[in-house]
Amino acid sequence: MIGVPLEYYLILSGILFTVGVVGVMIRKNPIVIFMCIELMLNAVNLTFIAFSHRWASFDGQILAFFVMTVAAAEVAVGLGIIVAIFRQRHSIDVDEVHLLKG
Amino acid sequence: MIDYIWLVPLLPAIGVLLNGFLGPRLGRGFVSWVACGVVLGAFVVSLGVWQSLLALPPDSRIVDHTVYDWITTDTVRVPIAFRVDPLSVTMILVVTGVGFLIHLYSTNYMWDDARFARYFTYLNLFTFAMLLLVLANNYLLMFVGWEGVGLCSYLLIGFYFDRWSAANAGKKAFIVNRVGDFGFLLGLFLIFWYTETLTFGTAREPGVFQRIGSVDHGIVMAIALLLLLGATGKSAQLPLYLWLPDAMEGPTPVSALIHAATMVTAGVYMIARSHAIYDLTPEVRNVVAAVGAVTAIFAALVAVVQNDIKRVLAYSTVSQLGYMFLGVGVGAYAAGIFHLVTHAFFKALLFLGAGSVMHSLAGQLDMRKMGGLAKYMPITAGTFAVGWLAICGIPPLAGFYSKDAILASTYANGNMLLYGIGLFTAGLTAFYMSRLFLTTFYGPERIELGDEHHGGHDAQAHDVDTSVTDAHAHEHGHAHDHGHGHDHAHDHGHGHAHPGHTHVHDDGSVHVHESSPVMTLPLVVLAIGSIVVGFILNGISGGFMPHEPTLLQSWLAPAIGEAAEHAAQGGMGEGMLIGLSVLAGVIGIAVAFFFHTQGWFYGAQRTPVGEVLDARFGYDGLLYAIFVRGGSALAQALWAFVDVVLIDGVVNGVGYLIAQISGALRLLQTGYVRSYALMMLLGAVLVIGWYLTRLG
Repeated sequence: MIGVPLEYYLILSGILFTVGVVGVMIRKNPIVIFMCIELMLNAVNLTFIAFSHRWASFDGQILAFFVMTVAAAEVAVGLGIIVAIFRQRHSIDVDEVHLLKG
Repeated sequence: MIDYIWLVPLLPAIGVLLNGFLGPRLGRGFVSWVACGVVLGAFVVSLGVWQSLLALPPDSRIVDHTVYDWITTDTVRVPIAFRVDPLSVTMILVVTGVGFLIHLYSTNYMWDDARFARYFTYLNLFTFAMLLLVLANNYLLMFVGWEGVGLCSYLLIGFYFDRWSAANAGKKAFIVNRVGDFGFLLGLFLIFWYTETLTFGTAREPGVFQRIGSVDHGIVMAIALLLLLGATGKSAQLPLYLWLPDAMEGPTPVSALIHAATMVTAGVYMIARSHAIYDLTPEVRNVVAAVGAVTAIFAALVAVVQNDIKRVLAYSTVSQLGYMFLGVGVGAYAAGIFHLVTHAFFKALLFLGAGSVMHSLAGQLDMRKMGGLAKYMPITAGTFAVGWLAICGIPPLAGFYSKDAILASTYANGNMLLYGIGLFTAGLTAFYMSRLFLTTFYGPERIELGDEHHGGHDAQAHDVDTSVTDAHAHEHGHAHDHGHGHDHAHDHGHGHAHPGHTHVHDDGSVHVHESSPVMTLPLVVLAIGSIVVGFILNGISGGFMPHEPTLLQSWLAPAIGEAAEHAAQGGMGEGMLIGLSVLAGVIGIAVAFFFHTQGWFYGAQRTPVGEVLDARFGYDGLLYAIFVRGGSALAQALWAFVDVVLIDGVVNGVGYLIAQISGALRLLQTGYVRSYALMMLLGAVLVIGWYLTRLG
């Protein structure tokens, strides 16, 4: 295999995913949380593409397109919810949205 | 005419519907006419049926008339069918005949009661149920009637349900009867289990009585004993007699109809009807006879010390029912039924007479506060005297024939102990009934009017002219046609304002009036019946000559078989037996007269013997301690342990546990999005980690 070895892709993907997870965990701003989620999704996309390339199969690339579609739909819904919450309480701090607290 | 037998129970049922639904709107006149009319109609039909039955040859005098197929399955077939035979016709004649007179009497007695229509609805319902009981051709329909009369008894004992004691007496009657009914029902189960039918059966269509012969002897004994338990409940015999004295809380005509003449004799009827079962088990029949004899003397002894006029009659009824049990117990079914019929006449007469006295004395029940009433109430006193002599067994009145038939059969049966008890009880009966009669109608006048609280609504004293006590009696809003428009003695103020005796003295301060003709007419008819019915049913020479059956015995023979009564072999002859039983009655009366002239009936103090008798030898107290106190203690214990500790503990414990668990789990639900995300992450890590370690 010419060029970059598979391990590099996977390590990069793991770093990106971890960054995404930590971001979701520690940030309060839902916009940023969304961006982190996108980061995680794209980290997964990266592994799909890398394996697709490695095994010379198009399945991984097709799946990557699915993931992008779902991510777009999710962002549309998620941003809509955020707008609704903001209209309601003039804040989008996720820690202030805890009505489901038991 | 036999095909119209269904009219006999149907007519009172129509009366129930009319009086129950329309009675309160259409008024007392309507209710009276309907209530008396339907019973009179049933009586007329019964007479017709009787005549038709007489026209048949004796062998074919058992006719089953099916009205309706009630229960039909592969294994059970129970029709609503009536059996017309000499026994049932005798019973329906008594029930409708005496019943009509008591209905008639009630129209006047209850006139002032606010629940007039309800009273007659119940009374008609009772008549219907009683007719169903005696006409049924199977045990299940009989049981329906049996429960129906029990229900009416409960409703009518508790008729003045706003009085605590009446409500309790009704409950007591119902509960004690449940014990008996439990036995009856178990007996029916056994009968059905072993004979696979409940229909009495005829020679052509075999039923219980035909098949019982092939059943194991021990089972037949169990059936007979269980039926006996049912009979002791309904007929107020030991050990279940307790409810009848309390049943006197009901209106007096109810006591006459239900608790003297008809319902309480259902047990005797049932045993006579089941003679095929009892004939197979002489052992159990001896038990029946023993129960009857012991009850007879027990109740007679208690009756001696009662001061309440209705309670004396109640214990007397228990005692006389004991005689009937003694009769059927020694196999003299005809003699038992004979006494049932004559007793219906003279005991109804005595109760109605007592009701007439109470009616005139504002509900006074205490004999010690009566006396000398004969000159104020000649008709009541005269008819009461007939009933008194009849129950004492003085020839040629009704009670003499039937009591003698039972005693002679007991003697013929060879059990001298039972005969001795019966003879002694006859003397005792004469004694306490003479005491009742003499203290009520003769002797020093100690008249004290009752107050409303004692006789309850019985105390409708519109025949008492209390002109002197005007100041204390207040005017009633509505004047009765027979009330002379005068003040009424049963007003609330009277008993309290005049705690002292309202003596009847020469100054004529209080007149006690005879009751109205509507009340005295039934008394007169019943008195005539009490005189002649024994003679008629006995026949001219029946029972006196050895081996000659009484007229009633020959008439009943197709229904209850030719029992071996009056087969006095050896020993005393018939004349001697009759002499002895009459002598017992005469001695009882003579002793009572002696006591009366000595004034011993009027002493206030009690002897120790009297105390024991009044306490029913401690029997009532014992049962009260065991069942009422014991039951209450058991319930208390069950409540404290089973309910509070066990059931509440489990229910509350489960609830507490779940509350604790969810309280802990609740903390997981923080409401923070990020903590949910963390958990998802942890979950994902766990799942992946598990796969990795498994694969690796």
